[in-house]
Amino acid sequence: MSTDAFTSGAPFSAFPQRDATPASSSSALRIVWVYPDLLSTYGDRGNLLVLGYRARKRGMPVELIEVRSTEALPTTADIYLIGGGEDGPQAVAAQRLIADGGLHRAVSQGSVVFAVCAGYQLLGSSFIAKDTKCAGLELLDVHSDRGPSRAVGELAGDVDPRLGLPPVSGFEDHGGRTHLGPGVSPLARITRGVGNDGVTEGAWRGKVIGTYAHGPALARNPALADLLLRWATGIDPLPPIDDTWPERLRAERLAGVR
Amino acid sequence: MPLRAKVASSVSRTAAALSRAAKRGDGSVIGGWLGLKIDPDLLRHLSAGRAIALITGTNGKTTTTRLAAAAVGVKGPVATNSFGANLPTGHTSALANAGNTPYAVLEVDEHYLPRVLEATRARVVAFLNLSRDQLDRAQEVAMLAQRWRSALAEHPEVRVVANADDPLVVWAAINHPTVVWFSAGQRWHDDSMVCPECGGSIERADDQWWCTACPLRRPEAQWVVEDDGVVDPDGSWHKVVLQLPGRINLGNAATALAVAAQFGVRPIEAVPRLAGVTSVAGRYAQVVRDGRVIRLLLAKNPASWLEAFDMVEEAPTLLAINARDPDGLDTSWLYDVDFSPLRGRLVLVTGERAYDLAVRLEVNEVPFQHVPTFAAAVTTVPVGRLEVIANYTAFQDIRAELDRVN
Repeated sequence: MSTDAFTSGAPFSAFPQRDATPASSSSALRIVWVYPDLLSTYGDRGNLLVLGYRARKRGMPVELIEVRSTEALPTTADIYLIGGGEDGPQAVAAQRLIADGGLHRAVSQGSVVFAVCAGYQLLGSSFIAKDTKCAGLELLDVHSDRGPSRAVGELAGDVDPRLGLPPVSGFEDHGGRTHLGPGVSPLARITRGVGNDGVTEGAWRGKVIGTYAHGPALARNPALADLLLRWATGIDPLPPIDDTWPERLRAERLAGVR
Repeated sequence: MPLRAKVASSVSRTAAALSRAAKRGDGSVIGGWLGLKIDPDLLRHLSAGRAIALITGTNGKTTTTRLAAAAVGVKGPVATNSFGANLPTGHTSALANAGNTPYAVLEVDEHYLPRVLEATRARVVAFLNLSRDQLDRAQEVAMLAQRWRSALAEHPEVRVVANADDPLVVWAAINHPTVVWFSAGQRWHDDSMVCPECGGSIERADDQWWCTACPLRRPEAQWVVEDDGVVDPDGSWHKVVLQLPGRINLGNAATALAVAAQFGVRPIEAVPRLAGVTSVAGRYAQVVRDGRVIRLLLAKNPASWLEAFDMVEEAPTLLAINARDPDGLDTSWLYDVDFSPLRGRLVLVTGERAYDLAVRLEVNEVPFQHVPTFAAAVTTVPVGRLEVIANYTAFQDIRAELDRVN
């Protein structure tokens, strides 16, 4: 396990709501990147970097932790990030996460999970890898199979109003289709791209979110990044930060998709 | 050569010349395309009777091809696709234009290697490296390694020159009867954390790597970069003076010397030739514009960005990013690159996807300034050096603005 502690910035005590933090008892916000040795295809580190940056900008001390698949997953971190991957590594990652059990314990204790693409699929009950049906973690009531064609391109959708977020924008690259059960809600209604099935995109329940917006999805969705930080810290609202560049990027991407 | 092939070859040459005259490009693609339409076997016919080396890999193909062509040139005229047109159309065009040369050194797109090896019956193939590149359109790197491995199994006669520092390359070539290994270093490790043979973890220490779960490990290299030179298989060290910057180009030079040696060229003869290679299809080209000394560096993927940071001088630096088809439509790779080596200098950003880059640099805590165009960048920086690092189509756009500098 490698950790990167950032302690620069204003003291965290500037935000007394810190006491409301549900999942962590340590002083820094702990963000775990799950299995970068298996699930890191294309810019997946970006979600870790974006969350770390946005927390530090609010003066929160942050600990960024990369846990390889040969290591035990810590059970008391605040946020868990799961990236995308090819079929073989995805199947191995699911097996190891099930055997490890740490992610289940963390979720039951109120930790936040944000998973993209292959990471999203393996949170469900089953998925297909290399033409074989594989057991998932059953942390989301979804299951995935193969679609008629690969979905590659810009992805956009209107987010579930209960989450209070602006439209999601991303890039998708997957061959799977995901079917939602009654135990979850779609993250968004598709306005561009394929997502789960051409109609809905992603899924969420409690503090667990999965999406087909792959790679550094949070770079284009600062409000979604802040939702994860709010869930993890209990600080709501978060102090605003300068989002000039992410907003310009979003405007450019979303203008092209409607 | 059959009559049909002669006609096809002639049409190919004429079309290329017309394309150049019309300033539509280098002409290497259109000429080859027309030639192959007339004779689908044209590449095979044009290859017959030539001793050919193919150079493939994710990064360094164009430069290594230029260096290897210079080195093999010791023995006689060499046909080469030196403009980076690395598909069969480009190979066809290069061979047709060159006429009857005894030698050819061809850069080959890594996806096309099996096809081109089959068509050209090359004597030598050099495998440089494999890393993630434009994932939304390219095949996964492990699958590419598998295709190389299968292609080699069908051609046991070909001599292989391969990078001992890249586990994916080693796995692709390890079962081949004749492999000459070179060591050029590998800065980018994110695509080889897991063993391609068994899925075990790859460990690294100093310049060695090994799988913790199976026997795959770094083979001993016969050609090795050492200080500012290259050690050959006899253990002799040759000082290598290049016009090209960075340690990565010393590695490319070592590869070129190893390739040339397969044609009987001794390093002592080849080394002086390498110094004659200046810029390569605009890469590393230096241009003076309005008092600014502008140098162009091409960086197409995470591994090549790391190499570019190693080459740039401590000077104002323009980063230009597009995401058109040849670049890959997905800019996610920006987060696989650590831009922090650029902190402390004036950094400018431009290109069609400048906003993606802007967000990345902000998260990376690298201060920057956005400029609308390349021309604006030139006037924004003080008189003196301007380093430019651009991805593929952004690079070509800037090169066009600088009058197709070579």
